Amino acid sequence: MSLNKKLVDMDYLLNEAPREKHFITGAQAMSEAVKRASVDMAIAYPITPQSEVMHLVGDIYAQGHIKEYYRAEEELGTMSAIAGAARGGVRLFTATSGPGLLRGLEAIVSWPGHRVPCVLGVLTRVINAPLSIQPDNIEMAYLMHSGMVMLHAENQQDTFDFTLAAFAITEKVDVYIPVSVSTEGFFVTHAKGYVEMMSEELAFTEPDPYHAPVPAMDNEVPPARIQRDAPVQKSNFMSYLIHSVWQQEIWDSNRRAMKYVYQYIDGPLEVQNPGSDVMIVASGCAAAQAREAHRYAQEEGISVGFVKVKCIRPWPKDEIREALATAKTVIVPEHNIIGWLCKEVKAAIPNSGIVVEGPRVYGGMTLPVELIMTEIYDALGMDSLVLQA
Amino acid sequence: MANLGPAHYSPYPVAFYDDLLTPPEGKALLLTEIVDEEVAMREIARVMLTSENATIFPGPQVLYAWNDEAKKKATLIKEMAEVLNAKMIPMYDYRPKYPKIDAEVEINPNHPNLTIWHNNIKACIFVGVHCHYANVALKMIRSETDCYTAAICGLSGHEDAMATIRDQHASEMARFIEIAKEVKKELGK
Repeated sequence: MSLNKKLVDMDYLLNEAPREKHFITGAQAMSEAVKRASVDMAIAYPITPQSEVMHLVGDIYAQGHIKEYYRAEEELGTMSAIAGAARGGVRLFTATSGPGLLRGLEAIVSWPGHRVPCVLGVLTRVINAPLSIQPDNIEMAYLMHSGMVMLHAENQQDTFDFTLAAFAITEKVDVYIPVSVSTEGFFVTHAKGYVEMMSEELAFTEPDPYHAPVPAMDNEVPPARIQRDAPVQKSNFMSYLIHSVWQQEIWDSNRRAMKYVYQYIDGPLEVQNPGSDVMIVASGCAAAQAREAHRYAQEEGISVGFVKVKCIRPWPKDEIREALATAKTVIVPEHNIIGWLCKEVKAAIPNSGIVVEGPRVYGGMTLPVELIMTEIYDALGMDSLVLQA
Repeated sequence: MANLGPAHYSPYPVAFYDDLLTPPEGKALLLTEIVDEEVAMREIARVMLTSENATIFPGPQVLYAWNDEAKKKATLIKEMAEVLNAKMIPMYDYRPKYPKIDAEVEINPNHPNLTIWHNNIKACIFVGVHCHYANVALKMIRSETDCYTAAICGLSGHEDAMATIRDQHASEMARFIEIAKEVKKELGK
């Protein structure tokens, strides 16, 4: 680190270091986290105009907060370059959105199997035709089966905290797979909110490439002169076996990340008013609207619970099941048409019939609190039109 | 789930399916139980001293003199093999060996079961193998053989081994050797 920062561990950085309040966009929050993460290298094909994260990261590179910045030809090149750079044992960051994420997906889904520790910012954007730059988080569904750890930020503060935490989680020797930090493009990336940040004179301790489950490619040190990559599968029973256990190991690594989710972001869930008959479960930007619905309901004297899901992978199945144990109705508002969170919630509980599939908005639509309130009134058998009037 | 497979242990990844995770700092894991480090050391020594063809599998981190710690560990592992009456078969790199591995002289993370089968190994210790490669090898041995696996790990341990101790540096390995000597004496081996 060229700026003579004070290097500290992530526990101190996140939980103990004094903070000051700033009013910044979600994109700024992510780049401010990168500024404090002792990142060695950022690689990107900046996907204008959905998010300016990688432009801002370019700025902090110019200020000396990052050692190297490489603008790739396009996203497949970006994500492949991330995999290559990881072999040198350096700390890496990139970010993308929607169509860019899908263009890089072939390389991204190979990262966990290649034990690539890096942080991927996903500033969500519509992916299907007609082309749009509006927010919609359907792209996260494609990452859910990749093996990577997935955090979902509700607001600018989460975006800052989760991005910093991700750098610690990804490098844990019993994890060592990529961590994505998603948040809704435009709603969070372009909007300003209050973010409490520690001094930029502090930064996360630099990575130790030898504290890793795979050898770093240091050609001056003999143990590195051995292949570390996954073997090419050939048509014999030995190859099937290695491929099988390799996949098992990636999902084991994903599961091991949960203890660090507790350590750095206070667990995978935030639960308000547990034990209510009606529970709202939401993640990301939808959680902000669900939180508002929870507040509206309280003002109207209606008992409603709220579960914010911070961590999509590893999926907190046991925690979800416990949080919804006594619920009679579960409402899952989402910013996508397929309802990927709803499917996960239904699969986690024994009585999936209590789950209301929605409300859902997509294609860039906003999620009015009133849509969630209508589901609450319906669940309680109340006349919503009368109450809202 | 946990009583399937030739070794009567799970052939499935235990962290993902059984929620069994690496032991916390200062502790060890014996099958599904978190125990004191010394308890695990004694059990590993007992199994190694009482099983057919007990073998230590040293990996690249202790086979190459790439730092002083590696040199110290290599010397200790040689002593460990003598105390445990164990053979040593190295895992000197991680490349798959095609068309056929020489199972008498090496073990490989991509098909470790071949070395276990060929040499009829009933107990083994992994040491100095990078964690990812130890984990895939341990999963395969667990599901394909009846070999008791132990992992002496310099980092966070391995839940797919039947016994694992973590944060094992030269001083901890020297302690294990002393405990193994006591167990050997108790067993009259």
